[in-house]
Amino acid sequence: MTIETRFGPYGGRFVPETLIPALDELTAAYEEARANAAFQAALARLLADYAGRPTPLYHATRLSERCAATILLKREDLCHTGAHKINNVLGQALLARRMGKTRVIAETGAGQHGVATATACALLDLECVVYMGSEDVRRQELNVVRMRLLGATVVPVESGSRTLKDAMNEALRDWVATVGHTFYAIGSVAGPAPYPAMVRDFQAVIGGEAIAQVRERYGHLPDEIVACVGGGSNAMGIFHAFRNVPVRLTGVEAAGEGLDARHGAPLAKGSPGVLHGSYSYLLQDAWGQVAEAHSVSAGLDYPGVGPEHAWLKDSGRAKYAAATDAEALAAFRTLAELEGIIPALESAHAIAYVLRGPSAATAPSPSATGRFTIDGAAASFDPASTRFAAGDLVIVNLSGRGDKDVHEAARLLEDLA
Amino acid sequence: MSADQQAPELPPLAARLARAFAAPRAQRAALIPYVTGGHPDLETSARIIGTLIDAGADIVELGIPFSDPIADGPVVQRSTHEALLAGVTPDDVLQLAAAHSGSVPFVLLTYVNTVLAFGPERFFARAFASGVEALVIPDLPLDEAAGGAAALAAEAGGLKALAAANGVSLVPMAAPTSTDARLDMVAEAATSFIYCVAVTGVTGARREVGADLPGLVGRLRARTAAPIAVGFGISTPEQAARVAGLAGGVIIGSALIDLIARSASADSACRAVGDLLRAASAAIANG
Repeated sequence: MTIETRFGPYGGRFVPETLIPALDELTAAYEEARANAAFQAALARLLADYAGRPTPLYHATRLSERCAATILLKREDLCHTGAHKINNVLGQALLARRMGKTRVIAETGAGQHGVATATACALLDLECVVYMGSEDVRRQELNVVRMRLLGATVVPVESGSRTLKDAMNEALRDWVATVGHTFYAIGSVAGPAPYPAMVRDFQAVIGGEAIAQVRERYGHLPDEIVACVGGGSNAMGIFHAFRNVPVRLTGVEAAGEGLDARHGAPLAKGSPGVLHGSYSYLLQDAWGQVAEAHSVSAGLDYPGVGPEHAWLKDSGRAKYAAATDAEALAAFRTLAELEGIIPALESAHAIAYVLRGPSAATAPSPSATGRFTIDGAAASFDPASTRFAAGDLVIVNLSGRGDKDVHEAARLLEDLA
Repeated sequence: MSADQQAPELPPLAARLARAFAAPRAQRAALIPYVTGGHPDLETSARIIGTLIDAGADIVELGIPFSDPIADGPVVQRSTHEALLAGVTPDDVLQLAAAHSGSVPFVLLTYVNTVLAFGPERFFARAFASGVEALVIPDLPLDEAAGGAAALAAEAGGLKALAAANGVSLVPMAAPTSTDARLDMVAEAATSFIYCVAVTGVTGARREVGADLPGLVGRLRARTAAPIAVGFGISTPEQAARVAGLAGGVIIGSALIDLIARSASADSACRAVGDLLRAASAAIANG
């Protein structure tokens, strides 16, 4: 099966001609590796022994009580390096080595993808350069030190909003000039094809584990999957295994200071356009100038979103909510207090969504009319229906841990300082 | 082009471009200055364009400022950023082209999102009405321009067909990394000229013009008689003369924009760009 280059009208390869041969080469190499048993075995071994997979599916009992639903946390925060990002990077770094590339570049927002890339490059003996907006360098100082400790070169990017968007521009410019020996490890399900599908595939281990774990424990599917969405890689990673079964898929964008103020919610408030090589929803003005996003979490501070999310939204298969900075900070604190788990501020947006509690709507959820099996069809299933009902089984992808955010939280939550 | 039977069929307006390539005003290759429209401000930009035409430009290439110019190096990035801060819009740049395209043919460089946000058909029609004969869209490679599976202007057969239907040529780009198969597509897609990227990288001055350039131009020549303009990294009269020995057009961009950015006044900016362009023109003519 060839890898998708489009999702409905979205996706594509909107990059300079210089990069097209490299994208062709990458596509061919990935398709070959994907079908190669030795490559898959090497990746599986690293995911298990090095990254710490499978990650637990944890029944958060006190949180469940608060939310009036059964909340299971997919503990990506327990992965080596502290977030789901390592899943993708181990795949891409193995691929880089397989392609004979000696240098890996990456963009990073919160620093998690940068740290993961620096880690994989140390492991596989590859040169690593990470582009990071200077505003993010300030907000995520700990991760900058981690990357340098791992032997990576961190390049602060001073252009534009000095955040993830600009870091990705700069990484693309680097790649245009170094494409012969450099592998660009994109950290999200964004960028030109084949990245959105390839990164999703590498992250799909999350949902693959979750669906097996939930079936084993409960004997049936969950009612809803919830994940935060910046570029959208942790969400695609957990959604993918559930795409053809009757389970509601919910992405939670960053509503920042509010959807009518500064935010990072292109699916809620943006319109289709081209950014960073793919056609998807993005925040832009009437002239198509890309707007600056805002979120308390650097990883969601991005004006674009992966093209598959755009298609999941338009097709109605997934729905997208948004949580504000204040809600995310409250959820950050609540999860720490209730469960002893400090989530990344990104993941706290997904927690904020479940903390809103069950939907007031009385429409029967799939669980009220009988559980579905994986193979079962669901005539009454409505993926666009409102959020979970009381008593539903909900999986939240806890995409990362919040150590990196403690300093920022102390700044914003005055009583912690 | 009139003497060459293999020349591609040209849309009506690109005929002016074809003439500019076939019979440059003062030299053996067409001299094509590139500046960012509205940089440092609209009034100065208009004076600079006039100066470039007076100083020997055969064709003027004007850039529409965009927030995320991924094909551009630091000099062009700063110019587009400053133009955006000054409030310059795509509409303003189209008006700049319209005001000057009576003298020489105009080419616009725009990123694809500008076209999409404007509304592709409306954008192409406005470009045509402004005397713009061709568009360079660096983040719209051939496959996306041609439509195919693309949804962008799919009903019109893709953006390239929609542009052509509105009298505007989309300029295919060739790069040092282009494979033979890609160059076949480039040659096939040429309806006005081919933009040959001299270096593997973004825009901006280079000490040496790419070592791969003669080979790349030769590979293109073997495929098409369409004019070839070379850009990226050409900053000095000597480099311009060397490129003019290889190709039909020489594009000088970042070096001019750098002079504009360094100038304290509109007068000194005009003087500086005029001097460089005249020197380049003389160097090309003297070969």
